[in-house]
Amino acid sequence: MKKLGVREVVAIGIGTALFVVVGFVSIPLGFVPNTDLYPKMGILGFFAALFGPVVGLAIGLIGDLISSLIGGGIWWSWLIPMGVPGLCIGLFASKYHIEDGTFGTKEIVTFNIAQVIGNAIAWIFLAPVLDIIIYAEPANKVFFQGIWAFIGNIICTAIIGTLLILAYSKIAGRSTGLKKED
Amino acid sequence: MKIRTFLTYEPQDTWIHDLSGVTKFIFFIAWSVVCGLTYDTRVLAVMILISMSVLYMSKARWSQFSIVVKVLAIFMVLNIITIFLFSPYQGCLIYGSRTDICHLFGKYTLTKEHLFYSLNIMIKYFAIVPTAFMFMTSTAPNEFAASLNKIGLSYNIAYSISLALRYIPDLQGEFRRIRNAQEARGIEMSAKAKLMDRIKRMASIISPLLFTSMERIDVVSNAMELRGFGKKKKRTWYAAKPLKRNDWLVIAFTVVFAAAALIITYHDGNRFYNPFV
Repeated sequence: MKKLGVREVVAIGIGTALFVVVGFVSIPLGFVPNTDLYPKMGILGFFAALFGPVVGLAIGLIGDLISSLIGGGIWWSWLIPMGVPGLCIGLFASKYHIEDGTFGTKEIVTFNIAQVIGNAIAWIFLAPVLDIIIYAEPANKVFFQGIWAFIGNIICTAIIGTLLILAYSKIAGRSTGLKKED
Repeated sequence: MKIRTFLTYEPQDTWIHDLSGVTKFIFFIAWSVVCGLTYDTRVLAVMILISMSVLYMSKARWSQFSIVVKVLAIFMVLNIITIFLFSPYQGCLIYGSRTDICHLFGKYTLTKEHLFYSLNIMIKYFAIVPTAFMFMTSTAPNEFAASLNKIGLSYNIAYSISLALRYIPDLQGEFRRIRNAQEARGIEMSAKAKLMDRIKRMASIISPLLFTSMERIDVVSNAMELRGFGKKKKRTWYAAKPLKRNDWLVIAFTVVFAAAALIITYHDGNRFYNPFV
């Protein structure tokens, strides 16, 4: 693993803080626990896409650890999977060209494929399986929750994550807008 | 839109505040692992007693965590109801017997086994939640990050955690101001707006916060770079607390208790205490 640079260290710190703060906000979909829409997934997607897999993994894990401490208790089965979406999105960080200002249709598609895969592994597979292994909860209930969480999280990452990256790419890419004169 | 509120550190003069943040963290992690694994009602009962008394000794006030308790209580009740709706005989599957109490409706019959299983899930909350409150109200964030490095976590990650804890209150204030400003401009965030609109508007509230944070990342990382952060293999911490006698006692107790609890839980081959045989 590459050694973390200073900028990555700070990005993990402030990204985690943002993830936790925005994590206080959720949009409930129904009454079943763990199935709210979490806008914080958009923040996670943004940081993973910009800074790569290590930052994405760390923000997910540390952010969820801090959030659950504040919320009064750790549920391991939902904490561990939180590292996966960031890791998955971050693995393709070099393909998004965010800081070149060319985050366009192709990059949006790549980003969303990565996030759907990451969220699928995390919520359809990992979280329910851990719920069954660790907490002995009924299978049909946890897979139901897992699928809802998956849907909610891909919606949030797709809309909020993509919008945030688009907006940032426009600003960050502007400085490289110089063209060589003929 | 739901907004949860904070548990925050408050300096006090108790032996629990005197412990190193790492000691409390080890205790909390071990506690939550054991609490997750065990379905032994007797073990859980002892854990509730210990965690309640730890919380009491840390002199946390009810007002510091009353809101969190309410949110958790609702979550817990909904979770238990959801389990019952999805799998009304989960308890019977686990304990291998079925004793009906009364028929409710349709395929739903209340059984003693499922009631006991639900009770176990419920007391898990009572065993783990007080220790989280104790940890949050009695551990200074910067001291905690420093101690994490002392027990071997890479100081880069420890410093990230320290930064995160440092900036959460700032960003929270900023987030609140931005949201109020946007709502004052007439952006409807309550349940009256359509779902898709609410998600998109959420992006418009988050983006100013995100962009100022990106600037902050540049400023902070430049400052750290100028001070030579990351150049050496080690660094010193202003807030680090060495492990003292009490720390070692607590860690020893945690290890012994966790081992004993797991042995008692698993000695008969599975982790469920079965009063029905």
